[in-house]
Amino acid sequence: MVIGLAHYLTVSAILLVLGIFGIFLNRKNVIVILMSVELILLAVNLNFVAFSAFLNDLTGQIFAMFVLTVAAAEAAIGLAIVVTYFRNRGSIEVEGISTLKG
Amino acid sequence: MIAALAFYAFAAILIASAVMVVTARNPVHSVLFLILAFFNAAALFLIAGAEFLAMILVIVYVGAVAVLFLFVVMMLDIDFARLREGFQRYAPIGAVVGGILFLELVLVLGSWSFSGQANELRLSPNPGGDVTNAMAIGRILYTDYVYLFQASGLILLVAMIGAIVLTHRTPTGTRRQSIAAQVSRSGSVALEKVPTGAGIGTLGIRRPPVAEVAKPAITHDAGHH
Repeated sequence: MVIGLAHYLTVSAILLVLGIFGIFLNRKNVIVILMSVELILLAVNLNFVAFSAFLNDLTGQIFAMFVLTVAAAEAAIGLAIVVTYFRNRGSIEVEGISTLKG
Repeated sequence: MIAALAFYAFAAILIASAVMVVTARNPVHSVLFLILAFFNAAALFLIAGAEFLAMILVIVYVGAVAVLFLFVVMMLDIDFARLREGFQRYAPIGAVVGGILFLELVLVLGSWSFSGQANELRLSPNPGGDVTNAMAIGRILYTDYVYLFQASGLILLVAMIGAIVLTHRTPTGTRRQSIAAQVSRSGSVALEKVPTGAGIGTLGIRRPPVAEVAKPAITHDAGHH
């Protein structure tokens, strides 16, 4: 019973699908949508690290680190937008966001 | 054998907590399960041999991002029951899309293999030996990828400035010092040359030449929204 690349790819595929399912399931709650995006990026990172480990190539880990950076920046900006939106509207329903102007 | 058992355990907990993240009723529970998922993903990274990235994942994701989520969820007074309307309505279409995507991924996984030249095409092969993972990453991150490293620092700087600009509010209702108004007071302030050695006993108590008049109210919060 040896853990191969396929095991890692299967886990990350399941994680990616769960993230996308979460976006469909919580269509009104922006915070849970952001968390689902984090899950998707985690699946991507898992893929990068798995390929990096099984090809014995460090570039994948460097890439995963940059993905991590962008994910952190995205979460910070997304939550800042959520906070500003909640101050203006008193709710974080996604449907109302299209009414924003300017 | 032990590594395989550990992999299955961590992978199972990772997937179970990911399921809980998207289905939990309370978003606070979602964030806590997200933290559990990050910890288990870090363990999977460790099993794959990426120790540095595993620690970075725990520090950056659990220490910063998940706590930021927790902070926002608890700070905003959100009616979560109302946000869950339509939960069942969108579940079937989400399951269909997710199922199709998963089937496609499985098909790709089933009929895929490494290229024969994969070993020669590696960009930065793992040095191995007694070079640790963190040292190996540092050797290429600060040399081959130094521009990307700087660019990611710039991304973080822009994100920080953006988050501050978006959420910053000039406080209203507090009184702050207005130096210009203070300096431009006239009549009530006098500048005098005091002889050396003279004190209150010889000079007497000095009063301002003109009594201070009531100032108009100064508003500090104009044009800062």
